[in-house]
Amino acid sequence: MTLDATDRAIIAATQSGLPLVPHPYAAIAADLGMTEGVLCDRLRAMQASGIIRRIAVAPNHYALGMTANGMSVWDVDDAQVAELGQKVGDLAFVSHCYERPRALPEWPYNLFAMLHGTSREEVEALRLQVADLLGDACAGHDILYSTRILKKTGLRLRSGKG
Amino acid sequence: MILDATDRAILNQLQEGFPIDPAPFAVVAADLGITETDLIARLEAMKTARVITRFGPFYDAAAMGGAFCLCAMAIPPGEFDAVTAKVNAHPEVAHNYERTHRLNMWFVLATETKEGIEEVARRIEVETGHRVLLFPKLQEFFIRFRVAA
Repeated sequence: MTLDATDRAIIAATQSGLPLVPHPYAAIAADLGMTEGVLCDRLRAMQASGIIRRIAVAPNHYALGMTANGMSVWDVDDAQVAELGQKVGDLAFVSHCYERPRALPEWPYNLFAMLHGTSREEVEALRLQVADLLGDACAGHDILYSTRILKKTGLRLRSGKG
Repeated sequence: MILDATDRAILNQLQEGFPIDPAPFAVVAADLGITETDLIARLEAMKTARVITRFGPFYDAAAMGGAFCLCAMAIPPGEFDAVTAKVNAHPEVAHNYERTHRLNMWFVLATETKEGIEEVARRIEVETGHRVLLFPKLQEFFIRFRVAA
């Protein structure tokens, strides 16, 4: 779908979050000078086309005591990566799970999964759980811990026409 | 803040999704067996305590236009800080982490066009004298992060 100026105004008004009031969509619609019905129809259309991935809460892993995390990487049989990737993504302690291309010979891994735990020992134990789940379909794996944040800026919506 | 069982149930439920409805909190509260007022108050408290980082629509950045790519470089320790400065100087570099691997620098490029990813990566290679490996997302496996109830 192509986004028009109204969609862009809705995105700009909601990308930092929904207000915590009993009728949040009515409140946003009033700010934008449209009816609640129009706003909700637009949101549904954007959800149906995948522009809105979901409307949900994002918890802060650190505030929940999940202070250790590791980027685990797996060399998974290409024929099975779609099915097994979904199983890994469904694990409660995995926050992001993607298939990415290998960079042979130095990088044989095609499945990336962020693992979260309360300590590095726990993260290592979680990694073994993933290894068990993948079984013979996995030819090798590794885990990379972040030692320093070198840069962190938010991804911003472009204001121009798209 | 200490989360009780109700807070945890709210976090788990609202990670699954939030309805588009005139009174969405009332809908969710009914599912959870609490009042709308209690649900909103608990969400306020969790937001203030930063247990919740965001609540609302998650937009697919690529679907809105633009391209994103995870990149990695192997930088010798003696050059690390100098290369960091050169990489971070590019506004297209959105996040950059040092990680425990021979590939010790991992960053995300965000550009307006698909071709932009390749262009910025090649420029960084010329400036630093080191290869930039590109790891674009081929497939995303849907994610939830559940809190032990």
